[in-house]
Amino acid sequence: MIKDLYKPGSYPNLAPPKGTVGFYGWTKSNLFSSLSNSLLTIFSFILLYFLIDGIIGWFFLDAVFDADSKIECRKIDSGACWAVITRRIGQFIYGFYPDAERWRIDIVFIGLFFASAPLLYPDLPIRRWLLWFSGFYPFIAFILINGGLFGLVSIEINLFGGFMLTMIIGVSGIVCSLPLGIMLALGRQSKLTVVRSISVCFIEFMRGVPLITLLFVASSMLNYFMPPGTNFSILVRVIIMFTFFAAAYIAEVIRGGIQAIPKGQYEAAEALGMTYWQTTRFITLPQAMKISIPGIVNTFIGLYKDTTLVIVIGLLDPLGIGRAAVSDTKWNGLSTETYLFVALFFFVSCFAMSRYSLWLENKLNTDHR
Amino acid sequence: MSFIVGLWRNEKSRQIILQIFVLLCVGWFLSWLAGNVSSNFQSLGKDISFDFLSIPAGYDINQYLIEYNNRDTHLRAAIVGLLNTGLVAVLGIILATFLGVSVGIIRLSKNWLATKIAYWFVEFTRNVPILLQILLWHGIIINSLPHPRSALSIGDVSFLSNRGFYIPKPILENGIELVYLFSVIAITFAFLFYKFSKKKQELTGVQYPVLWINFAAIIILPTIGYFISGMPVSLEIPVLKGFNFVGGIHMSPELAALTFALGVYTAAFISEIVRAGILAIDKGQKEAAASIGLKPSKVMKLVVLPQARRIIIPPLTSQYLNLTKNSSLAIAIGYMDLVATLGGISLNQTGREMETMVLVMAIYLSISLSISAFMNWYNNRVKLVGR
Repeated sequence: MIKDLYKPGSYPNLAPPKGTVGFYGWTKSNLFSSLSNSLLTIFSFILLYFLIDGIIGWFFLDAVFDADSKIECRKIDSGACWAVITRRIGQFIYGFYPDAERWRIDIVFIGLFFASAPLLYPDLPIRRWLLWFSGFYPFIAFILINGGLFGLVSIEINLFGGFMLTMIIGVSGIVCSLPLGIMLALGRQSKLTVVRSISVCFIEFMRGVPLITLLFVASSMLNYFMPPGTNFSILVRVIIMFTFFAAAYIAEVIRGGIQAIPKGQYEAAEALGMTYWQTTRFITLPQAMKISIPGIVNTFIGLYKDTTLVIVIGLLDPLGIGRAAVSDTKWNGLSTETYLFVALFFFVSCFAMSRYSLWLENKLNTDHR
Repeated sequence: MSFIVGLWRNEKSRQIILQIFVLLCVGWFLSWLAGNVSSNFQSLGKDISFDFLSIPAGYDINQYLIEYNNRDTHLRAAIVGLLNTGLVAVLGIILATFLGVSVGIIRLSKNWLATKIAYWFVEFTRNVPILLQILLWHGIIINSLPHPRSALSIGDVSFLSNRGFYIPKPILENGIELVYLFSVIAITFAFLFYKFSKKKQELTGVQYPVLWINFAAIIILPTIGYFISGMPVSLEIPVLKGFNFVGGIHMSPELAALTFALGVYTAAFISEIVRAGILAIDKGQKEAAASIGLKPSKVMKLVVLPQARRIIIPPLTSQYLNLTKNSSLAIAIGYMDLVATLGGISLNQTGREMETMVLVMAIYLSISLSISAFMNWYNNRVKLVGR
């Protein structure tokens, strides 16, 4: 009887109750579901209004994009004076690299794109060919940037600067610190007491002191530790310090990954008769690395952001160029514009890195959930 | 020969051989470094000595918590610097915790707009280098705030200008002891009442509004003491004299910029930690708590937060540590912290790079090692026992 009453199709399909769907329903459930929620929404709207109002006016509508000095900027309009950026954009990108040789840096930047693509995207069609290029890329980049070979003019290191310097330190630090970090992580988990204690000391020391003190050591003291007469460039010293510093953090991240692997995995490997290195290569690292991807990328982002610290030992990365511009009498006091521009550059690159890590994490996720 | 091969094939003896080998390599490397240092120092005519700590520093520090002038020793300058590091760390940690926890909770709220604003706040602050943020805030204070003559005033007692922030300073007069006494009584009462009500609840199930009663006691009792003793606190209000303000508590632009930048930057990380900690609690826990009839606020207080705390505190501590280490960037804007005094001006004046840097590193290292020792202790204490 009841079965017949509720037979499919015997009643017209009714629309959902009014006010639970559509714009009205969405607004009600997401913005005004309760009194406190409504207050929060109104407060957010007010905040947003002032932010957008101020930002659009100051950033774009009242802004000046080309002028000869700050005074001239202020004469034209009241907003941001972006002229300090547009006039010095070359310095922000290439530092004091000679104008005539800047094409070399452009090639290096384009090459970086092709060299990193096969490493970042495992499904790339011509990946195998590009990997060869990735292998040779560091040498090509070094020759192009430094010069002195194949008829390229040799360029002094103290002319390096701007985003180019950030990329040099950041990319070399990232590339070198990963292998060192893996080695330290394995060392910390080793059964050999000596190896373990050396790794622990190194990691704890690097993580315990601020990076800035390590950079001071690199800039003023490292020569004392070298045989008399040795002199190697400040850039190399800085890259070494960044590598050590990041490697200690990466080691801790990977250690977390190694410890998360169930004990049964090692026991199974041992039962198969695998040696330590076979276990490490085929069992431990593939699983540990997958777990630690978010942490490793976070460390890389941290290293990339920390490259700005080189300004305290006198290298001119974008922040250093910006600081010089702000103290220039022509542009004196335009700190907000300058630093916001540099901040935008860092935001875009770091945000892209964190998005990439999310993507990779999803791709490698083999949990069946 | 076969004896050596045998040693190598035996796992025990191979491990010992390997370790001796590694030890020899490291020992050789360290002695090589030490040898280089001593020969370099010899050729430069330098020695290693910490005597410089007791000679007059000869430089001024604009912000100090203990008395200091330029005739004091390098050691005292270093202590002033260390205290300045501590000052900015404490202020920054307070700001970061408040802001971080609020943003983390907002990100978990059901309000779509507020969640989005909080999300972009976090992304913007944590993806921009901290040094850049310090310089940005410092620039805004120095370049965008008005001169002291036209300072922004808050009720004519506090002032914002490009020379820093000025707030009234409480001056303690005779009779303040009574207020102290009443505060001690209030805190003792609050503690005893907490113990008493907890015991009562365990025995009988009766609940008192402990938080409200204790809160009221801690506010009201000292206030009564304040009025009985004849209001012994007066305010020293900053006044404009010449080109700058005089009196009151002064927060220099450097300290303000550093506190603000470190606080906001670390808050972004803390908000993520808080959010992750609360999200990590199994949904079944909340459902079970709700099904035995707990109100949502009680579910949060009695079920979610005690479990989330275990997840949140270790990374939170390491964020505090990071903030303290990041405060060393103060040198970029001229705030005189430990790195800027001992590792900066003292280093340049005495030329003793090795000794000053060793001291600076040792101090930071001991701070972070003691904090990680605390963290290990805490982790072991709250570790889930099972399986």
